[in-house]
Formats: sequence, C-alpha cells, structure tokens
Amino acid sequence: MKSKRRNRIIGQTIVYVLLILLALLMLVPFVWMLSASLKFNKDVFVIPFEWIPKEPRWQNYLDIWTKIPLAKFTLNTAKLTLIVTFLQLLTSSFAAYAFAKLEFKGRNVLFLAYVATIAVPWQVYMVPQFMFMRSLGLADTHLAIIILQAFSAFGVFMMRQFYEGIPDSLCEAARIDGMTEYGIYAKIMLPLSKPALSTLIIFTFVNTWNDFLGPLIYLTTESKKTLQIGLKMFISQYSAEYGLIMAASVLSLIPVFIVFISLQKYFVAGITTGSVKG
Amino acid sequence: MAAQLSAMEKNMKKRQRRRNLVAYSFIAPNFLGFAIFTLGPIVLALLMSFAEWDGSNEMKFIGLSNFVEIFKDDRFIASLKNTIIYSLFTVPITLVIALGLAILLNQKIKGRNFFRTVTFFPYVASLVAVAAVWNMLFTPAKGGIVNQFLMNVLHVAPSKWAASSSTVMLTIIMFSVWKNMGYYMVIYLAGLQGISEDLYEAASLDGANAWQKFRHITVPQLKPTTFFVTIMLTINCFKVYDIVYMLAGGSNGVVNKSAMVLVYYIYEEAFRNWKLGKASASALVLFAIVLVVTLIQFKGEKNYAND
Repeated sequence: MKSKRRNRIIGQTIVYVLLILLALLMLVPFVWMLSASLKFNKDVFVIPFEWIPKEPRWQNYLDIWTKIPLAKFTLNTAKLTLIVTFLQLLTSSFAAYAFAKLEFKGRNVLFLAYVATIAVPWQVYMVPQFMFMRSLGLADTHLAIIILQAFSAFGVFMMRQFYEGIPDSLCEAARIDGMTEYGIYAKIMLPLSKPALSTLIIFTFVNTWNDFLGPLIYLTTESKKTLQIGLKMFISQYSAEYGLIMAASVLSLIPVFIVFISLQKYFVAGITTGSVKG
Repeated sequence: MAAQLSAMEKNMKKRQRRRNLVAYSFIAPNFLGFAIFTLGPIVLALLMSFAEWDGSNEMKFIGLSNFVEIFKDDRFIASLKNTIIYSLFTVPITLVIALGLAILLNQKIKGRNFFRTVTFFPYVASLVAVAAVWNMLFTPAKGGIVNQFLMNVLHVAPSKWAASSSTVMLTIIMFSVWKNMGYYMVIYLAGLQGISEDLYEAASLDGANAWQKFRHITVPQLKPTTFFVTIMLTINCFKVYDIVYMLAGGSNGVVNKSAMVLVYYIYEEAFRNWKLGKASASALVLFAIVLVVTLIQFKGEKNYAND
C-alpha cells in the first residue's frame, strides 16, 4: 500500500517536472522578447542575459510609433481582421445550416465541391487568383485581402460538422410552430453553436491577423500594408534596433492573445467537432 | 381525379421548389465568393500550367514544356528536396511530441488549464514576431542565448544555425515543431477525451501497467486522430513558406538553395520572374504530392475500418 502511494507521488513529480520544462520552453522566447523590448540595443546581447532589466527603457514603446507608421499598420490589420472574421462567421454558419438541416437539389454535389477544395492548398492557386483579382482592378486593395480570406471552405465544413450534432427534432418542432428557416437559424442554431463559433473566431482572427503571404503579394502601397508586413519591413531596415523590434513584436501579439484567452474555454470542444469524428 | 392528382403534384413541386430556393439563399453568400475566387482560380491554375504567360502579353499554350523545364531547373529540384526533407522530419517529430503533451495534459492535475494555454501560445503568436525573437535567440554570434547554453552548460561548440547551409534546415524544423505542436496537441487532446474510461478501468482490473494501457488502448483508439493529424501535418509542411522566409531569407527576403522550398519557388517564379506558367506547373506538382498523401491516408483509414 505504502509503495503504491510512493509510486504515485513519484509519477506526479515526473509529470510536474516535465510540464514545468515544457512551460519554460514555450514561454522563454516570450519572456526574452518582453525583457529585450525594455533595453538599449547594446544591452540586449550582454552576457549574462538580464531577465528583468534594472532600468527598463519604456522609451522603446514610444519610439516605435514614430519609426514606422505602426498606428496605420495596426489600424489596417484591425479593420481587415474584423471584417473578415465577421463575414466568415456569417456566411459559413449560414451556408452550413442549409448543408446540415435542409433537403435540396444538388446538396451533395455542392458540399463535395467544398470538401474537395479543403485539400487544395491556397498556395496552389494563389498565382491565378492574383492575376484574376488584378484583372478586376483589385490588386493593392484591402478588398482583395477580404475576399481572399472571407469565404473559406474550412469554415463551412467545420460549422456543418457541428450542426450535424444538433438533433433534427429541434428544427422539426420549430417548423411545426411556424418558424421560418431563417428564424430557426437565428434563434435556435446560432445560440447553440457557441463552441464552434468561438473556434472559428479564433482561427479566422489569428489567421487574418497573422497572415503574411497574402498581404505580401497584394499590397504594395505602404499606407495600405498590414502589421505583419510592416513589422517585417522594419526588421529588414533596422536589423540592429533589437529593442525596438522586440517592442513592436510585443505590441503585435497583444490582440491575438486577448482573443485567444477570452475564447479558449470553448476551444477544445470546438476543435473536436471541427476535425475528428470517430 | 386525375386533375386533382396533378394539382397535388403541382403543389408538391411548388413546395419543393420553394424549399430549394430557401436553401440556396442560405448557401449563396458563401458559395458565390467561394466559386468565383476559389474554384475559378483552381481551374485557371490547371490551364496556366500548360501555358506560357508573363501576365501582360497573350497567353500561349505550350503543352508540357513547363513541367519539363522545372524538372531541369536545379532550383526547383533543390526546393522539392528541401520540402521533402522538412516534411520527413517535421511530421513525425511534431506528431510524437504532440501526442506526449496531450497525454501529459490529459492527467488530472493542478494548473492543467495554464499549461494547455501556454502550449498554444506559439501557435497563435504572429510568425513575424516569434521568428524575430527566434533569430535573436539562435543568432550565429557567440553571445546568443542558445549558443551560450551550448558552450557553458552542454560544453559543445556553438552553431551558426540559420546562417550556415548545413544547419539551416535543422533550425527551420526546430522552429516549426515549437510553433505548431500546440495545435496538434489540442487535436490529440480531443481524441483522448473520446476514449471511454471503462476501457482503462477494465485493463487495470486485469493488472495492465501504464505502458500496456498506452500500447493496447490509447494507441489503437487514437488511430483516426493520428490519421487526421498526419494528413494535416503533411499538407501544412508542404505549404511551408513564411517560416523559411523569416528564418533563412536575407534582409531582401531572398532564400538560397540550401533552404528554398516549393512555395518559395512558386512565389519567386511568379512574382519576381513573372513566369506564370512555370509557377503554375510547380504549384500543380505541389498539389499532386498533397493529393497522393491524402489518398494514401484515405486508403489507410479504410483498411483500419475493415480491421
């Protein structure tokens, strides 16, 4: 009996040691980033590394706004991200409702078209897509980036998987009560799909906020560029301004972390429905 | 009677038509955007790979010449080779670590949510920002924190990391595993939560130890999850671009042959050299590889279902 308890204690200790190592591995780069963002360039690579700067240089966080048009970049990115996330949520959940709960001609063929394109990476058709957008006069516009991200097959697929798990009898009962399909969608399905919607918000928000290749291809005018492109531009131009680079990096991470942390309790549940079904 | 029947039929048809219209109205907003801006370009990609086009002059169909040309291009061969090497290492390493983490974080322990959240941080963090830190931590200079650790703690020689053609892929693979393992961990976590507790309890009664339970319950039960993770990981590995651009691209973003990957080659052929046909042909090669991997996965899953 005693040895069994001792084994459990040893087991628990090993688990905790592993977890703390893991947390360190995950967090050290972020702590380093934060710490370096509060230093003079010359102090960043001083050995031994000073984790908590004795005289934090907050000035970095003020200077960065004047070195590059960071406010403009942030505004552009925020605008794009909000519009894309809103459109993605609305159109995906709308279409997914029809695929999951309505009988209609061509349902299977249309859905197959969606599923098939999930397996086609965007990189395969990014070149013709750009040429097409350019012929419509959409090169170097924010509209192009919105169109690029807002109608993903993934969103429809994920939402449909989730709706499939909601019993049809709920919809039937509402139909008998005389509710229209739009009413059922808005009043019954949407409130029930919080986990799936949250997961889709996290994915869309994170992907759009962090997207690099899309804006790199499409946006050429500086005042239209996004935070990621701007940050990369800054890093290339001022590669030795370590403190400032880190300060800008810290700032660029804050919005996604806020969204992620505020929605993460739905996250595991949402991913389950979106990905693997037994 | 006949008139009545046909009236009923008409009515039913009318109702079915209305139901169709309602359904289409649900789908239309997404489908229009999807059809015009995704399906259309996919078809165009096929056409363009058999054509010569610089984006401004007339498009000229040249059959298979683009494919012949890219396979003679040693930059394409290098990018294909690097992409395969990158995938061969990244897929299994990420998979094993993600599974291990998921098992660890599925235990009933204090602070579980904290650890889960932390593991996900690198995944949601913007690539540009974390790559900037990574470049500073793994700087080829001796003052870098990682090189310091190598010299002072492990007593081995410092490395040049991304700055040397022999270690650049290693650096990219390590970064990629670190950045993405949290995502696959969550998928495995979801899979683990789908395994019934009863199975483990029954095994405990039979006197099975932890390893036996892992080997004979966890692994087989997670097979569908593992299929899914493998396929997603492989596809994502073949799509890799920005990690390479951030870690191995010089200040002008040019990646040399030691780290060039397929999507980088496509990007360069298309938007730097304006050889759109060649770019599309290499995109099609990328697609073919992804397709083959997907088909193998489906076949594997079928075999599993037949077991």
